[in-house]
Amino acid sequence: MQDSSTNHFALFGLPAAFAIDTALLDQRYRQLQSEVHPDKFAAASSTEKLRSMQWATSANEAYRTLKNPTARARYLLELQGVHTDEESNTAMPTDFLMQQMEWREAIEEARDAKDLDALDSLLKEIQTAAKTLQQDLEHQLGEESAELTAAAGSVRKLSFVDKLREDILQSMEKLEA
Amino acid sequence: MAYSDKVLDHYENPRNVGTLDKNDPSVGTGMVGAPACGDVMKLQIKVNEAGVIEDAKFKTYGCGSAIASSSLVTEWIKGKTLDQVMEIKNSDIAEELALPPVKIHCSVLAEDAIRAAVADLKAKQGNTQEAA
Repeated sequence: MQDSSTNHFALFGLPAAFAIDTALLDQRYRQLQSEVHPDKFAAASSTEKLRSMQWATSANEAYRTLKNPTARARYLLELQGVHTDEESNTAMPTDFLMQQMEWREAIEEARDAKDLDALDSLLKEIQTAAKTLQQDLEHQLGEESAELTAAAGSVRKLSFVDKLREDILQSMEKLEA
Repeated sequence: MAYSDKVLDHYENPRNVGTLDKNDPSVGTGMVGAPACGDVMKLQIKVNEAGVIEDAKFKTYGCGSAIASSSLVTEWIKGKTLDQVMEIKNSDIAEELALPPVKIHCSVLAEDAIRAAVADLKAKQGNTQEAA
């Protein structure tokens, strides 16, 4: 485990957990941002300017990681020495992959038919699936259970679902343009 | 990204796209997916009594390199035995298609699909032998 004073959660004064108060995260991020804003360092030495910029960059990265549920879960697992192996682990459950194929087919059909309503209802379906996986993660990463291997599997699943969501949003944007 | 001519050829004219009956005892189905890019690949093989792959079909949702990797693999495995196809390495696929480093995972996916299809077939045949 990393030193608690250097991890992303500690930076924002939040407990290292999957279920976080995102409103509080936003608020603390804005606070931090204003503290390290370049304008405040207009009269500072170049070393201080550089340091404030580095701070701002790492605060940005930490915020992006914690704000996104998939990235947050991946990061929590990394802190506990568990890698999600999204580049190399291809053995997903067959029923999950079948569902992925069906969704891909449905998206392709809706896109070809320029059917915005169909894309919208697919989007809702996929967001529901994401929500379910996030609830799984909340349980798997909870202190009582700590099912870290299962949690890594859920992160891999969420990667697929996030990608589908992006693809649908892109298709919708193109149709609306 | 610039695709090699071989990738383009397989991408534009994919070989052996389709589906075999997954309930046929001589058909093995391998499904794999790459979380990093969301690609999904289904590879099916049909073996004859001599244990030689006589037909192969694939269905892939993904980038051009993933489609080309699966298309190429279906060509390679036809006429080979299960043991022979298990020797196909992702590096062979990547080399044949001249895949850039960022697309190596597509060839990994294809190799894993072969292994999954063979495993599925062996599991099926093991079951029927026990039942007989």
